[in-house]
Amino acid sequence: MKFANALRTAVMGGLLTLATLTAQAQETIKVGLIAPFSGPFADYGKQIEGGIKTYLKQHGDTVAGKKIEIIVKDTTGPAPDVAKRLAQELVVREKVDFLAGFGLTPEALAVAPIADQAKKPMIIMNAASSIITTKSPYIARVSMTLPQITAPMATWAAQNGIKKVYTLVADYAPGIDAETAFKTAFAAAGGEVVDAVRVPLRNPEFAPFIQRIKDSKPEAVFIFVPAGEQGIAFMKGFQERGLAQAGIKVIATGDLTDDHVLPAMGEATLGVITTFHYSAAHDSPENKAFLKAFAEANGAGAGRPNFMAVAGYDGMAAIFEVAKRLDGKIDGDKAMEVLKGLKLNSPRGPITIDPATRDIVQTVYVRRVEKVDGELYNVEFDKFPEVKDPGK
Amino acid sequence: MIGNLLGVLFDGIAYGSLLFLISIGLSVTMGLMNFVNLAHGAFAMLGGYVCVSLMTRLGVPFLAALPVAFVATALVGMVLERLLYQRLYRASHLDQVLFSIGLTFMAIAAATFVFGPTQQPVSLPEFLRGQVQVLGLDLGAYRLFLIAVVIAITLALGYLIERTRFGAQIRAAVDNPQASAGLGINVNRVFALTFALGSGLAGLGGALGIDVLGLDPTFPIKYMVYFLLVVAVGGAGTIQGPLVAALLLGVFDVAGKYYVPEIGAFVIYALMVVLLILFPAGLYGRRA
Amino acid sequence: MMGDKVTTLLKQTHVQPATLRRLLHDRWQALEVVFWLLPLAAFFLFPDYLVLGSQILIVGLFAVSLDLILGYAGIVSLGHAAFFGIGAYTAGLLAVQGWGEPLSGLLAGGALAALVGYAVSFLVVRGGDLSRLMVTLGIGLMLYEAANKAAFITGGVDGLSGVEMWKLLGLFEFDLYGKTAYLYSLAVLFGCFVMLRRLVNSPFGLSLRGLREGPKRMPAIGAPVRRRQVAIFTVSAAVAGIAGALLAQTTQFVGLDVLGFPRSAELLIMLVLGGAGRLYGALVGAAVFMLAQDYLAGLNPAYWQFWIGLLLVVIVLFARGGIMGGLEVLYARLGRKAK
Repeated sequence: MKFANALRTAVMGGLLTLATLTAQAQETIKVGLIAPFSGPFADYGKQIEGGIKTYLKQHGDTVAGKKIEIIVKDTTGPAPDVAKRLAQELVVREKVDFLAGFGLTPEALAVAPIADQAKKPMIIMNAASSIITTKSPYIARVSMTLPQITAPMATWAAQNGIKKVYTLVADYAPGIDAETAFKTAFAAAGGEVVDAVRVPLRNPEFAPFIQRIKDSKPEAVFIFVPAGEQGIAFMKGFQERGLAQAGIKVIATGDLTDDHVLPAMGEATLGVITTFHYSAAHDSPENKAFLKAFAEANGAGAGRPNFMAVAGYDGMAAIFEVAKRLDGKIDGDKAMEVLKGLKLNSPRGPITIDPATRDIVQTVYVRRVEKVDGELYNVEFDKFPEVKDPGK
Repeated sequence: MIGNLLGVLFDGIAYGSLLFLISIGLSVTMGLMNFVNLAHGAFAMLGGYVCVSLMTRLGVPFLAALPVAFVATALVGMVLERLLYQRLYRASHLDQVLFSIGLTFMAIAAATFVFGPTQQPVSLPEFLRGQVQVLGLDLGAYRLFLIAVVIAITLALGYLIERTRFGAQIRAAVDNPQASAGLGINVNRVFALTFALGSGLAGLGGALGIDVLGLDPTFPIKYMVYFLLVVAVGGAGTIQGPLVAALLLGVFDVAGKYYVPEIGAFVIYALMVVLLILFPAGLYGRRA
Repeated sequence: MMGDKVTTLLKQTHVQPATLRRLLHDRWQALEVVFWLLPLAAFFLFPDYLVLGSQILIVGLFAVSLDLILGYAGIVSLGHAAFFGIGAYTAGLLAVQGWGEPLSGLLAGGALAALVGYAVSFLVVRGGDLSRLMVTLGIGLMLYEAANKAAFITGGVDGLSGVEMWKLLGLFEFDLYGKTAYLYSLAVLFGCFVMLRRLVNSPFGLSLRGLREGPKRMPAIGAPVRRRQVAIFTVSAAVAGIAGALLAQTTQFVGLDVLGFPRSAELLIMLVLGGAGRLYGALVGAAVFMLAQDYLAGLNPAYWQFWIGLLLVVIVLFARGGIMGGLEVLYARLGRKAK
């Protein structure tokens, strides 16, 4: 008899605990954040997370009566097999409601089938290749695509007296995408690409390439290289060989003058013209509030936020919107319906998620690097509103 | 066209000189102590960071920071040699590779911790920037400076090895350590000083190379291939070998990138494989 | 005959009697059976961790392939990921082009990797340790660049997606929980392991150990040095290719990192951690490394590298046999105490 009693109590206790746990689980909305936080792309994860923290600081971490829980996973990227495993674990073990982050294209591509199979909304907060959103109907992007940013650069250049351009890109998929996008848009606007060179991905020496550019005397050089040291090396070589004095301009996508890295690049970048969707110098009340909250949420040592932080911020805004409209009950298909056509007032400007392609539609600004209060900023002076990803 | 060719040659020689400066220490270490030291790049990185720290935190001018980088790295090298490296002189090459990879990882993590993962900016003094006109050619001032420094150091090294007693001791120890010890040469001391010298030169090369190669915590791994390449192709244990190899590789790399950029990256690796097939012990190699 | 000669040779180079006994037996010991029951038990005990589990099994197979050339034949290679990558891309491309049958894809990956390994082995067996290091490193780097350049085939940096696998044996679909993938990887690993175990305990395998310990003496007893090195290198490349193909098939994706230098370097670390020259050391090292990385990377990713570096330095200075070596010493000491 005693044993039966004890057994009954144990079973009841067990069931109760189980019930409480599952009940608790239903009280939170879980977001799995998958990005590189260590290794060569450690900054990507940190910036995205910084943007997410900023949003939570401004808006609190509760929505529709439920708490938002961010589960951070480091891919140590670029490691698509790790990203895929982490996504699977987040879905199966942690039972997340959203998969978010994705600093690098291969990692996003590897995770796409998981989002598809498990019917979980997947929010891309950085990866920039066009094809990502075509891999599953559960993918929406809040960052940008490379062709979306590059084409306006070509159009602007042709409209502003630059007719002969030499392109220099790093020899890897994003670089080739940029080269193709630029060539197509530039030719369509009446310009001529005099020559195109692809530099090796691991490139310690820019001298021979810069010499080639100098020798062919174009009006401008369009460059796309991985952010950071390649950009710095190129600008240094550009200065050293006197290409600026020879009247050759530098045009590029904003990756070259990334807000986070710009202060370290130094004055060699003054006058560089870029197109991009976000500048820390963007003059709007939303951006000012964002910059302030970012510094508060991440400390002064975190430096300037860049476009990845803004994407993290806007991604959280989208997630909050979905949670509000679905009253906290996240269903994959319903969430995608909310996301399609969603309009947000981002710190970068107005953004929309295209209902047909689930990709981002936003304003692309033309900026020049100038000194503002003694620091280098990308100052916007022209824009192309509501740019879609070309070819979709 | 000739102008272009000479320009490419000049750039290639400058690049090669830098590679030589950093790799010469590795050549001597491998030739003398038969120790495969993959952590050599970490010493170059250390020299670079010392130079940058002096310049940005203490305002020391670039030219004054260079010798300090040399001395500091040499000291660290000597300490590590006495404490750790010397235990592994008789170990297998695999053990040495693993040990030096371990040291490299630790150095990278330490650099990330102290300096952060981003590039270190360096501002060169005015007279080293821009270009100078030499015989109708526009040559980079900094590259000229690099070549001049390397020539000076090579001559000094040559003098050290050929004309001084210490140099003679090094040569003896490289040829036959047992006999040298038998003749009363303190082989341990020779090893320690030579390792220090090699590391110091790497540190100097690292400091000089910041402007050309960049400086961030992954420096040792990024450029390890190039240093090993120079020593493997040139042959460990000599000065001429790595010098010729470095210049060859530098010129071919730059020329390849200028004339046929589509295969720019392959040139240097393909050249290495070809040379290793033809000369398995290196161009001037003594030990296989 | 060869076995006897090699045994005598090894006795002369002061190999311990316990090791000799280990060399000559080929019966499965009780501990080995227990070892192989563990992953099977894990399948039932840890259903939420099967994806991590299958990745450990795959990397374990890869580590075993490196052990063949490093632990048994003494060839130092810094570019073994090249064969892993070849296997991965072969299986991946076959699937993308429409042929998603798993087992044939596996064999195709192994076969192509073996072919390339055979070609490369002639470069590798020339020259000493340093030139071997350089050649393997150089080939690994060149292959990486080639795969990057051929982005229209391989997907380059973005990776090869759209790898859709048919049902394994026509029955088992690759599911979200990773059950099929896990058992598939385990079966392949076990199958390969059994064959390789037979190989290294055969006279051929013994001669390899002789090559490693006394490369100058082996020709004196009539052993063809180059031929054996070429043979083992080819086998090793084939196994690495099979492991790569497994990864492509179970993750349905091939990233450029399968060919990268970090993969080769990490493999070396795993092997040393577990203890080279014992086959089981490779598996133990792979498991410990991956589990630790999964756990520690969650704690503090940036300094993971520092501790790995320190571990390597400590192992080389004080614990050359890795984990297995340490266990053997412990076992021997306990054995002595029992006497």
